[in-house]
Amino acid sequence: MAGEMQTFKKFQCNYNFAFIDEATKKEVRRSILKAVCIPGYQVPYSSPEMPIARGWGTGGLHVTLSLVGRDDTLKIIDQGSDASVNACNLRDFVAMTTGCETTYDTAQATLIQSRHRIPEEARRSDQIIVLQVPQPEVLRRVERYERKTREMHAEADYAKLWVVLYEAYVRTGDVVGRAVRVNDRYIMTPSPIPRWDIPQLDIARNLHLFGAGREKRIYAVPPLTPVAPLEFEDIKFRMEDFFETVCASSKHTEAFMDEIYENDAEQAKWVINDSNFLDKILDGCRPPQRRHEYWGQAI
Amino acid sequence: MIQSVVSAARERLEAVDELSEYYRLRGTTVPVSVEQIVDQFRLGLDKIMGEASLYAPRLAALAYKQCEGDCYQAVILLRAYRATLERRYHSDVIDVENMHILRRISSSFKEIPGGQILGPTRDYTQRLLDARIAEEDTAEARRAFLDEWHKRLEGATLEPVRQFSRVSDILVREGIMKPVMDDDRSVTDITREPLLFPANRSATLQSLARAETGGLLTFGYAGMRGFGGAHGAVNELRVGRVAVVVTDGRGNKRYVGRLTVTEAAMSGGKRSQGGKKRTRPSMQIGYGLCFGQNETKAICMGMLDNGMRGKETGQAHKELVLYHTEAADAAGFIHHLKMPHYASSQARLQRVRNAVGRMRGMRAVRGIAPVKPRHEQVEMSDMPELE
Repeated sequence: MAGEMQTFKKFQCNYNFAFIDEATKKEVRRSILKAVCIPGYQVPYSSPEMPIARGWGTGGLHVTLSLVGRDDTLKIIDQGSDASVNACNLRDFVAMTTGCETTYDTAQATLIQSRHRIPEEARRSDQIIVLQVPQPEVLRRVERYERKTREMHAEADYAKLWVVLYEAYVRTGDVVGRAVRVNDRYIMTPSPIPRWDIPQLDIARNLHLFGAGREKRIYAVPPLTPVAPLEFEDIKFRMEDFFETVCASSKHTEAFMDEIYENDAEQAKWVINDSNFLDKILDGCRPPQRRHEYWGQAI
Repeated sequence: MIQSVVSAARERLEAVDELSEYYRLRGTTVPVSVEQIVDQFRLGLDKIMGEASLYAPRLAALAYKQCEGDCYQAVILLRAYRATLERRYHSDVIDVENMHILRRISSSFKEIPGGQILGPTRDYTQRLLDARIAEEDTAEARRAFLDEWHKRLEGATLEPVRQFSRVSDILVREGIMKPVMDDDRSVTDITREPLLFPANRSATLQSLARAETGGLLTFGYAGMRGFGGAHGAVNELRVGRVAVVVTDGRGNKRYVGRLTVTEAAMSGGKRSQGGKKRTRPSMQIGYGLCFGQNETKAICMGMLDNGMRGKETGQAHKELVLYHTEAADAAGFIHHLKMPHYASSQARLQRVRNAVGRMRGMRAVRGIAPVKPRHEQVEMSDMPELE
């Protein structure tokens, strides 16, 4: 019995650098390379089980762990915040299995794993953003079967998406949705980032990688790749309107905000969502933000 | 500032871990040992090992103990551990026909060559709570039974261990059961490559073998009730031990151990392949094989293997079944709903509010009295995003 328990212990310290074995990392990297070569195309990959649950960022972890080197500085956020419990858990896991430095500072990080947000601060070309994706298939809404959706992507048959977009416009008066066309070819979902973040993907300086662990797909938007939100000639895509909303903590405007109700107050207050961006503003600096053609063109 | 918020979050995490540990250990009884779980929770571990696709009873017992009996969590623990193991060899094809039989029955035939061997099963016992088992907390009780058992076996002449040919062979020889030919016969390893559709037979059977037992039960049952496949018959159900043999680098066969497995050979109708010619009616096998003694799973596998054949509808049904019975994926994603979604719901909230605002504006223009806001809520289903 005692001998057996020691073997269990042995298993615990025998994990490879960055947890995943090297052969699998190679396979993930090859899939990433393919994804970079075909922007917006969903590359199937092995997606081995991780010690966290499916749907909680395994795809992001696969990408992060297969790319991370000893010199990398990691930042992991969830919903814009470094303090989210799941982000803490993932950060601790990556730090434990790699010994890499971690940071909250967006500018310091070389590798940023995120769920549902792109950091507010402008990214540089030496940074990689890894987004966790719950549902990579943009066509799933209009087509239940994978075999069909793969065919539709292959034939660039996106008519049904445009119909849905039009129907949404008829019903709600807005072209809602987050689908984007990448490099004028594949339509993809940029994971559920708010529309505030979507224009950040267009001709971005940095590489964006998308990992969908449960669905076993990786896709990418390489640097300097055109990414266009779906819109009609006369009805344009618009971001969420935070251009005049004032952050209650920092008095800053022009950042994605959280709506916060404190002490059952009737009145909501607004606070900047990106925790590191907010901290920097509170410290008196003004991190650069990337402006684009949709900036200020709110709903 | 963020430093302090992060450390607060981490403190909360630690406290949560500690509290769970407290719940695991707060009882006043002696903690159950991994050994005891291996000895006494055989069928539970068989189910876990099958879903984890890792045949390791002691590790399965540890996982089961570690998460207080939550089978889904135990499966995740084992899957994560399994994913780190290096694949040095592929075993040779396992010879199930020469299985060391513990149980072997057929419902298609009254008598089968070699006879019906009931083996260990509770199929035929009355489902009555047995109060004696609640009292059975001493080693003496256990010994009393075992002594009696061994005494009875002493001197009894046991039949020698023998192998049995498959019941399906009878039907194959007769030409009634047709081999499954319409399939891609290449071998896919679904733990190294994602499941792609159309899925070949090896990927299908592997997915079914590691699928969640309850999920397969649901789809198998639905198939019998008119949703999907047909009502199959158990041609043969076997539980027994099979040898695992690998071929080493020098080409030598090496015995590396044995597994307990359940095999079900179901017979079902052969799907029409189209075409106008009337073909002779025939049957086709539905095959199930899984770790341990898990007859629910093996039988449902067999039914679904048969029910998911055929060109269009079969493949469609396959996507429904294989994707959604994937235990780790399904449970993980359901539980992810507990994670915060406030950034995305903020975005959605704005869309709804804007839509409501526009609707009010439209009503005003048309001279319609504004209704109370709660009646004006735009249905969430009007919002195209699913995420």
